Amino acid sequence: MARKLDIRRFPGFLPITYLCLFLLYAPLIIVMVYSFNDSNSITNWGGLSLRWYAEVFTGVESAKFKAATINSMTIAVMAAITSTTIATLAATAMLKAGRFRGKAISFALINMPLMVPEIVTAVATLIFFSAIGFTSGYLTILLAHIVFCIPFAYLPIAARMQGIEDTYEQAALDLYATRFQAFRLILLPLMTPGIISGFLLSFIISLDDFIITNFVKGAGIETLPTAIFGSVKQGIKPNIMAISTLLLLVSVIFVTLSYLVGRMGQNKK
Amino acid sequence: MAGLIKQSTSNTSTYAGLGPLLMLPSWLVVGFFLVLPVSMMLVYSFLTKEFRGGVIWEFSLAAYDQFFFDRGLFGDAPPVIEWTYITIFWRSIWQAALATVFCLLIGFPTAWFIATRTGPNKSIWLFLITIPYWVNLLIRTISMKFLIRDTGPLNEFLMWTGMISDPIHMINTNFAVQLGLFYSYLPFMVLPIYASVERYNFTFSEAAADLYASRWVTLTKVILPFVKPGIIAGCILVFVPSLGAFLAPDLLGGAKNFMIGSLIEEQFKGNAGNWPFGAAVSMILLSMVLVVLTYYARQQSKVEAR
Repeated sequence: MARKLDIRRFPGFLPITYLCLFLLYAPLIIVMVYSFNDSNSITNWGGLSLRWYAEVFTGVESAKFKAATINSMTIAVMAAITSTTIATLAATAMLKAGRFRGKAISFALINMPLMVPEIVTAVATLIFFSAIGFTSGYLTILLAHIVFCIPFAYLPIAARMQGIEDTYEQAALDLYATRFQAFRLILLPLMTPGIISGFLLSFIISLDDFIITNFVKGAGIETLPTAIFGSVKQGIKPNIMAISTLLLLVSVIFVTLSYLVGRMGQNKK
Repeated sequence: MAGLIKQSTSNTSTYAGLGPLLMLPSWLVVGFFLVLPVSMMLVYSFLTKEFRGGVIWEFSLAAYDQFFFDRGLFGDAPPVIEWTYITIFWRSIWQAALATVFCLLIGFPTAWFIATRTGPNKSIWLFLITIPYWVNLLIRTISMKFLIRDTGPLNEFLMWTGMISDPIHMINTNFAVQLGLFYSYLPFMVLPIYASVERYNFTFSEAAADLYASRWVTLTKVILPFVKPGIIAGCILVFVPSLGAFLAPDLLGGAKNFMIGSLIEEQFKGNAGNWPFGAAVSMILLSMVLVVLTYYARQQSKVEAR
């Protein structure tokens, strides 16, 4: 067969793609490699060792990191559960409840946390909490996280719901199920992959947030990113590279899980 | 036609009448913890500053005045334009625009390449691009800082190859900030362009090729107009967060390469801050972002009307 001009191929696009991946991964991989460096300086290579990981768990900063990890994890779990619940209800309203007043504005409202620059959200939230005299660091962080996690939970949930036809619930209603039963017994089980993806993504988003947390946290409480930032301000130490590698792995595991769950749902369809 | 079908499935009404009830939690949470705070920030930008952080409830235009005008040390000189903050904004816009261009140059070919893969390979490529998107931004910025230090791996490598004999000073320069922004938001460019190339119908390219269009003509006259919404979305997703970025300028740029994010942060740090001024700068940033987003919304509705 005479090979005609392959319309999908452009010369040079493959090398650029490799370059793109190289640029994205090289810094992360280098930090991971140097986190196993058995040397007190971050510059010289002194052989492989796990000493900086031991340092993270037992060293001088370990108490700080431990408390910060507990804060980060509990906030991320609670923020993800709350925002996923809110987003599931919102997606049902937007996609399965026909027309209602304020629908257009609801969509804008759900996406508003994505539109407003993070630093502006941070300032606004700080001003709001200080104006109403609400200064509990833990709760303010949690509330702020719930808000900006909503759109990230909403996206996979709405995407999944769009693919579910109305017929199953209609059949249930014809068989005298109440709408609550149709929701609980038909829609929710079909939605499970989307909901799990939404949960996992909002968990990562909460775990990763630095700017908003840094503004609203107040004194005396740290999450993992703010604790790491505080340490880095005094220079990058090898234990920071170890803890960064650990946090990086948590993100990768969660994204991979979310991706696999999403695919599992698609295969069933 | 396809549009019509999609419309009918997304307007199903099993839960007709329950819309407002189901939306209520979102309305309450976003309304109370985002819309209300932003409104309060607007109010705060018109208040008088208190010297140890916080505000006095007295109407004042001082914050905006400070941004635009210089009235001398004692505030009684005739006002001249204050360039300090305008320069910071200009630098941020310039840096964000540059980052957007570089992301587009690398992001478009990547998105195209991935979208034209077939079979399971495609989702693996896509997954590889998605992972950095979800990796903690702070950690990615720290990695970049580590990499480009004077004694960092990049300089070591370049000296080892003999390309340079002395380390190139990169940290705390505009170049470092640029690199940081580019690195932070590159995946944001790839994903929306990928989504619109996915919808591209390759018979258009075939038609162009049959009519003896060269690759270049096909790309600029057929493909680019079609995937333009994705490109615009990608540019906005890079430009908007770059404009208000805090981590890259703070960790990679140092004090000389101040951007809007650091200017705002400084106003709320410790006792030296100026809350109304910080609120005013945030409002100015927010209005700029709203202008960009309105432009985007108009472009999108034009596309949908087509």
